[in-house]
Amino acid sequence: MSIAGRDFRELRLDGLSRSFGALNALKGVSLTVKRGEFIALLGPSGCGKSTALNCLAGLLTLTGGSIWLDQTRIDRLKPEERGFGMVFQNYALFPHMTVRRNIGFGLAMQGKPKDEIARKIEEALSIVRLDQHGDKLPGQLSGGQQQRVAIARAIVIEPPLVLMDEPLSNLDAKLRLEMRAEIRRIHDLIGSATIYVTHDQEEALSLADRIVVMRDGVVRQVGTPTELYARPAHADVAEFMGYRNVLKARVLDGSGIDDLQVSVGGAALKGLAIERRPDGHAIVAVRPDDLKPANDGPVAATVESAQYHGREFYCSGRASDGTELYFCSPRPVQKGETVRLAADPARVLIYTEAS
Amino acid sequence: MTETTAHLPQTREERMPWRVRLALHEIDGVTLLVLPAVLFVIGLFVYPFLYGFVLSFKPRAGDWLANYRKFFSDPFLYDTIYATMRLALPATIINVLISIPVALRVRKMHRRRLLTTILVIPITLGTVLIAEGLLNYLGPQGWLNRTLMLFGLISSPLRLVHNYTGVMLSLILSGFPFTFLLTLSYITGIDTSLEQAAATLGATARARFRHILLPLLAQGLAINFCLSFVQTFSVFPSAVLLGAPAGDTRVISIAAYQAAYEQYDASMAAAIAMVMGFVQLAVVLLALAGRNLFYRGSAGGGKG
Repeated sequence: MSIAGRDFRELRLDGLSRSFGALNALKGVSLTVKRGEFIALLGPSGCGKSTALNCLAGLLTLTGGSIWLDQTRIDRLKPEERGFGMVFQNYALFPHMTVRRNIGFGLAMQGKPKDEIARKIEEALSIVRLDQHGDKLPGQLSGGQQQRVAIARAIVIEPPLVLMDEPLSNLDAKLRLEMRAEIRRIHDLIGSATIYVTHDQEEALSLADRIVVMRDGVVRQVGTPTELYARPAHADVAEFMGYRNVLKARVLDGSGIDDLQVSVGGAALKGLAIERRPDGHAIVAVRPDDLKPANDGPVAATVESAQYHGREFYCSGRASDGTELYFCSPRPVQKGETVRLAADPARVLIYTEAS
Repeated sequence: MTETTAHLPQTREERMPWRVRLALHEIDGVTLLVLPAVLFVIGLFVYPFLYGFVLSFKPRAGDWLANYRKFFSDPFLYDTIYATMRLALPATIINVLISIPVALRVRKMHRRRLLTTILVIPITLGTVLIAEGLLNYLGPQGWLNRTLMLFGLISSPLRLVHNYTGVMLSLILSGFPFTFLLTLSYITGIDTSLEQAAATLGATARARFRHILLPLLAQGLAINFCLSFVQTFSVFPSAVLLGAPAGDTRVISIAAYQAAYEQYDASMAAAIAMVMGFVQLAVVLLALAGRNLFYRGSAGGGKG
């Protein structure tokens, strides 16, 4: 019995756990996904995001917790009974079948009539823009085309949920950007929910409706891309979201949470406390592109390297007390030159040390 | 650009040092390392084969085809082809078929090395030791018969050795490890994510085997069949030790042996060896041709 069909309201993960021997890859992950939502599971390698995806697909059994599709408990079902579409990192196309037969495989397994299968294959081919390539074997296609066949094969069975495991990691930079747009377009077109595993924060930010940041088998934060970009809840999440300057600091002054003064690089910097006001020791997170040279900037730093990135220079430097700082400069800077740096207090995030 | 090309002497290509030209065809000093192997093959395979081939056309009496005429007119000789086939074909097919489920299971095991070692031990034992063991175990006074009689399951000992059954059992025992190892390497060569993908697309274990594993395995199984068949076809020790070398299991290699060392007719023995070789070749070619049919057929069933 297959539960395939797009009609569902929500998918609920309830305390998912999975251990491999002594290693706990997933430690009680809970999440609710609404129909039509695009969720990105984001985290460094080994954080458990792929394990979570494989548990959802049924390729791994859970050692704890449950998965619910509306009122139906599905974590005991075999993968072939779940009817979720999955796109694998290495595409996993059947090498001995043509593109058409690859795409039609799921429908054939459901025992659909031949003419319906043929019609849906053509539809899927045109959705992924491969109309001309239906009779080729996977080996005759480029990486991007193979990727699109893999997506077509997963969506043609009209799954309630599409699972994608780092689908773009094997493509070159230009193709990755194109396919990113393509994946979102297809998601909007078919209206099922998508769970997308990636370690690339940019990919997650640009694709997802909500991002789930994972680390060491637990969910650290769930939020919209804008929330995660501007207000990471923890210092380690901030580090993963592109806050390259994550520094130990001392709280100097300020009573509230939005005009706190902390010591950074031997100077005082104004910032915003996240969650609650730390006492004494704190961790400060600033994006390199929020730390800029300014004539009256409080922090002095000696430039150590500068990389030209087109619009700006990405620089690293050392503050007077030896702290390494990453910052952006619109004007060229020389190695060894001393610059004064400043940051908008709203963009300087202050965390308690043990967050 | 065009000017520079025009200035180049036309004979540039021909004047290239021979080393460079050879290197372009990927022939260099390292290629010489092939020589020992080539000499080995020529000395130990090509020369004896050609020698035997020519020898088989120089009979002790009669015209050049006399040996072959004799072989194909004497049932005592040409029946050995049938006797050998009757052993080699089923033994090979059984081994290949059994090796598939075993390899599929072993692939997912953690202690694969241990199990593989256990399964491979029969290879190191050699046919004679296996024959010896089977004689003791399955013989009329062997453990098996004694146990069965003790429990009253049978009243007189089963005849399991010195006949067709004995040779068949020994061929399966000694041939299986080889077949299994080959199948295992072919199966582990198939990316497991293909089966996972098929599963997420709704294919049951049986459908995954039929539509994904089997078509991808077909090539390997055909080659496996050929190699195992050739091994079993030249069965000699177990046919003599465990079989009835004068009757049921008078295989073609026994006929060749008798011609060479009992009648001292080297030319006749060479002719029998040639017949043996060509029968093997015919079966192997059939299997390789069938591989293509099988592959297309099975892959074609993917939609149905």
